[in-house]
Amino acid sequence: MCLAVPGKVVRLKDSDMADVEIGGIETEVGLQLVSDVKIGEYVLVHAGYAINKIDEEGAKEMMKLFEEIQELDEIAKLSENDEIY
Amino acid sequence: MKYISEYRNPAVAKKLIEEIKEFSKKPVNFMEVCGTHTVSISKSGIRQVLPEHVSLLSGPGCPVCVTANRDIDKAIAIAERSDVIFTTFGDMMKVPGSYSNLAEKKADGADIRVVYSTFDALKIAKNNPDRKVVFFAVGFETTAPTIALSILEAQKRDIENYFIYSVHKLVPPAMAALLSLGEVKLDGFICPGHVSVVIGSKPYEFIAKDYKIPCVITGFEPIDILQSISMLVKQVENGEAKVEIGYKRGVSSLGNTKAQEVMKKVFEVCDAEWRGIGVIPESGLSLRTNFEGFDASKIFDVDVPPTKEPVGCSCGEILRGVKLPCDCKLFGKACTPENPVGPCMVSTEGSCAAYYRYGEVADGV
Ligand code: SF4
Repeated sequence: MCLAVPGKVVRLKDSDMADVEIGGIETEVGLQLVSDVKIGEYVLVHAGYAINKIDEEGAKEMMKLFEEIQELDEIAKLSENDEIY
Repeated sequence: MKYISEYRNPAVAKKLIEEIKEFSKKPVNFMEVCGTHTVSISKSGIRQVLPEHVSLLSGPGCPVCVTANRDIDKAIAIAERSDVIFTTFGDMMKVPGSYSNLAEKKADGADIRVVYSTFDALKIAKNNPDRKVVFFAVGFETTAPTIALSILEAQKRDIENYFIYSVHKLVPPAMAALLSLGEVKLDGFICPGHVSVVIGSKPYEFIAKDYKIPCVITGFEPIDILQSISMLVKQVENGEAKVEIGYKRGVSSLGNTKAQEVMKKVFEVCDAEWRGIGVIPESGLSLRTNFEGFDASKIFDVDVPPTKEPVGCSCGEILRGVKLPCDCKLFGKACTPENPVGPCMVSTEGSCAAYYRYGEVADGV
């Protein structure tokens, strides 16, 4: 449950809040724990808050990883359900 | 999924595995102290590609699993009160206490709500001024700052019906406690990536210095983990013990100082009880006296009967690295993710669940 996911800041809002795009979905995220976040920058999001800024390259690498994990999960589910194996 | 050809960068993975094989002479046990690492290791089959004398053990890396039975019993007792709306991260719902779990109590009619963040819990408090809203504050250093913020926010907005039941745990003291117990020979730690984003690398330094145990902070990809193992092996073979950062994306030696400040403002370090380990000095966080009014453990004086552990469950030994999930007699038989007996099978990041899901049944480490 310590997993943080990378997201891109798409909109800055009142009282230190921002809309952050995570895996294609926009979520409201608190920016109170990070400084000077700008639109277009990437943050690591955990339990509704940005816990750090992260560079674009790192963010993209991590996003790929999460997509991959999801894909692997799908494969795992398929093979689990497959009685032949 | 157990083949390096399926890693994202098989050439790099192969090179790292060869490096480990080449450098590693002594038999070593490395422990990962992060549930997400446990999952990634099981999923990618890293254990199977390492030389036989390099073993990976899973430690107390999941905040859900290490929550003491007594705390879960007390949380349940608070949740059962008719004046309370109990809010929690979803992970805690099915974790067994001595006699029941939150999910069962919810089915029985207790007002228990799963939230994604403390924002949601605060919102519930604001919308239900005549009820007391309690948030089950579970988590390591990654989560604690977000919960600290909710207290500051509640104070700022005069939300007087918001409380937390804090069972926060700190990772480095638990690592030291395992070394002091001396039950397992440990030669290195793979330190958690996202905990370290917040605390930085400094808090691990005493482990390297006082216990002479190498520590490497790393990310979650199989490549990251292989790299950390290679770094640990090199330290061991060179007779070194230092803290290294393999996870450059986001981790610095100082960590997120803003998050640390918020955490320090609201919480103070306290002794804490860990499932399977017992009380570890200075390993938890409780609310400072000036925030006492938010402390559910002080406001709600609940009495709970003596605790009892699930019969036959070896979670305690597994959390200490003494046993592997497959050493538990119930593993995969009486205990499965569908019918979990202990917390290590309930939580998706628990060792038993990770081993079960990815088929690490008989081959062990
Ligand atoms: S397999 Fe189940 S019963 Fe055995 S230690 Fe793990 S959680 Fe406990």
